[in-house]
Amino acid sequence: MNRRTFLTKAAKPFSLDALWRRHYTNVVLTTHEGKQVRFYDDLIKGKIAAINFIYVNCEGICPLTTTNLIQVQEALKDRVGRDIFLYSITLKPEQDDPTALKHFAQMHGVKLPGWLFLTGDPDEIETLRFRLFSVDSPNIDENIEQHTGMIHLVNEPIKRTCKVPALATPRQIIQSISWMEPTTVRMMKRSKPTQAL
Amino acid sequence: MPKRQEKKRKDSKITRREALKLGLMTSGVTLLTSTKSFRTHFLEAKVCANGSAEDGVDRPINSPPTRPFLQRLPIPPIAVPQPGLNPAPSRKANMAGGEALRAEHQRWDDFPQKVLYKIHQKAGLHQFHPQLPPTPVWGYDGIVPGPTILAQQGVPALVRFYNNLPADHKGWGIPETTIHLHNAHTASESDGFAADFFMPGQFKDNLYLNTPAGIDAFPETKGDPREARHTLWFHDHRVDFTAHNTYKGLAALYLIFDDKDTGVEKDLRPGALQLPAGYGQFDIPLILSDKLFNPDGSLFGGIPGSAPPLGDKFCVNGVIQPYLPVFRRKYRFRLLNTGPSRIWTFTLSDQRPFIIIATDGNLLPSPLPMNMLTVNVAERFDFILDFSKAQLGDKIYLQNTQAMFVRGGTEPVALPPNIANLVMRFDVVGDCPDDSRIPETLCELPPIELNKIAGTRIWNFDLENGIFLVNNRIFDETRCDAQVQKGTAERWILRNKLPHSRWVHPVHIHCEEFQILSFNGVRPPPHQRGRKDVIALSGGDEAEIFMWFRDFTGKYLIHCHNLAHEDDFMMVRWDIVDQPLPQPAATFIPHEKRIL
Repeated sequence: MNRRTFLTKAAKPFSLDALWRRHYTNVVLTTHEGKQVRFYDDLIKGKIAAINFIYVNCEGICPLTTTNLIQVQEALKDRVGRDIFLYSITLKPEQDDPTALKHFAQMHGVKLPGWLFLTGDPDEIETLRFRLFSVDSPNIDENIEQHTGMIHLVNEPIKRTCKVPALATPRQIIQSISWMEPTTVRMMKRSKPTQAL
Repeated sequence: MPKRQEKKRKDSKITRREALKLGLMTSGVTLLTSTKSFRTHFLEAKVCANGSAEDGVDRPINSPPTRPFLQRLPIPPIAVPQPGLNPAPSRKANMAGGEALRAEHQRWDDFPQKVLYKIHQKAGLHQFHPQLPPTPVWGYDGIVPGPTILAQQGVPALVRFYNNLPADHKGWGIPETTIHLHNAHTASESDGFAADFFMPGQFKDNLYLNTPAGIDAFPETKGDPREARHTLWFHDHRVDFTAHNTYKGLAALYLIFDDKDTGVEKDLRPGALQLPAGYGQFDIPLILSDKLFNPDGSLFGGIPGSAPPLGDKFCVNGVIQPYLPVFRRKYRFRLLNTGPSRIWTFTLSDQRPFIIIATDGNLLPSPLPMNMLTVNVAERFDFILDFSKAQLGDKIYLQNTQAMFVRGGTEPVALPPNIANLVMRFDVVGDCPDDSRIPETLCELPPIELNKIAGTRIWNFDLENGIFLVNNRIFDETRCDAQVQKGTAERWILRNKLPHSRWVHPVHIHCEEFQILSFNGVRPPPHQRGRKDVIALSGGDEAEIFMWFRDFTGKYLIHCHNLAHEDDFMMVRWDIVDQPLPQPAATFIPHEKRIL
């Protein structure tokens, strides 16, 4: 047996599933209803999801992004909660308990089924934020005033992801969510492609 | 290709059994187990943020080991013209015949003769290195890099791109594409607008006129010969997914020859430059990409939601660290950085200079020797190496010394001076006659006609809350952020507004090329004094460029060609129109109001 065969025979397979599971982590989060959920098993696996970060007393972009996402939720109607899920995770879990999150959602007029506001252990939430949205420049990454305004989109079954700015138009956000659907499904639905100029 | 075989290629995912067999190289790979506590993850995340290289928590950070210089540099095959296409190409999109929606071809009747090509975008298996198992890729005609199109100036090419990618694809990348011919002066409908992607089963005809800009102003030569372009490349431009799709392999070269750069060495016609010639013989493409391989030999496409990472395997023409046997004579090399994000700085191991003859595919006024060459994403350098005085048996290395920031790091990580950073090797093996020359004068640049400038337009590139902004707006493909009038010229100012950021933004402008008037207030360095289509802006940089808008109308793009940034919306749509609407004053200053 030469060195190469030895190495390859001794080795373990690479698994995209395992990488995904590790990447998203399976941290326990608490919803605005006080229910405990596991991030990967309960919120990501088998679903199309849109994930963003907010905090209740944000005087920057959070009110705007939440208003934007409400329009997205309205346009997607009952698909939200059925096959598309919206998750807003707090960046200040020390302050934002489930009650505070629920109050924030109600204040903005969020229709809660299908859209979860989530809090949890600060360290674990920091891990999630770092995994999903770290900006590749530490002085910006750790500045809460510059906290991310992107939405992380994911379709776990086909392992597709992309990002869209939460301050893009609701039309753009809906379009990006639609790109998470399998291409086969979209080919069947697509009667009118993008309008040519 | 027979149907069965094609199907097999499409299903090129490795089966579980094969995967077990191929396995995971345990050495040099950090794959932590899921038993690791989240608090540890957090600590590691913090450690990364404070400067310890990669986040190595949940991803391979090293490819399996490979021995350098095992493979000879391959040359991408030449695309073969077709006698006809079925259905025949048409001015209006033939949607009933399977074509994707597009606007009508402009100038369709001005150029009745067209050379026809067909290229199938499809999945394939590619051998990046003999010590790695075959890697699933997507390629033009299923190969990496795709076939090279050799075009002649004045002879338009119509390329029918089929999308035969697997519609049921699972994993990173999306089987929906739009093809941009980078550096070409192309009508909008053939320019690969990012949002005009098409689906598996469809095709799209892109019409490349292969004519220099200025068709209206120079009717006899059908374009200003001083605007000739030579080294172009085509790649996927699918909005939000460009980094992944090109990283999977959707990139290829497109070379245009004309009566100066004729592609013949012993060309005695007046004006012929007699540069080293013969595609793949003495005129050699060097298509660069960096890849990170999973332990099973598949490409690592990045953590979910991110562009592909910087790769630790340096590939030239689709193979890792190749060698090229050369004769003692002159060679022309065409260097292209396909990205997604790595910047390269090259030197040669014997300190020999690169004799630069073209930047971004356009000849320089005269050859320029440079000992060190920095190549940003999408930039091209054509250079001549003269091995005539080398000794038989000499081995000359092309080495990369560019330090790059890695995810989470605070300082750029310098490349260790080791064998992994030798990109390729030239082996001097024999002698061969050489009819080529390095002329003292290569071309005349088109004049910068400042009196034709209609106004000054400002493009500010910025980042706020993790969102890239251009002139404080988020890219929206349905919104035109600047209308320019066809037939006019403008002075454009491009600014990287984050002075303390470490990002370099290689800004690329579609449709027309530019000349740099000033860079941070001074004349640009000699190698940036030719015609360019990419300009790299570091934090706080400001460039002033001269732009023309000729021959076509329609929608075009400006974007950062770091594909990670491009996919994060660092892009803007602008349109060339016959009659523009009034312009917002903040970003456009008409000439008559300009303070000189």
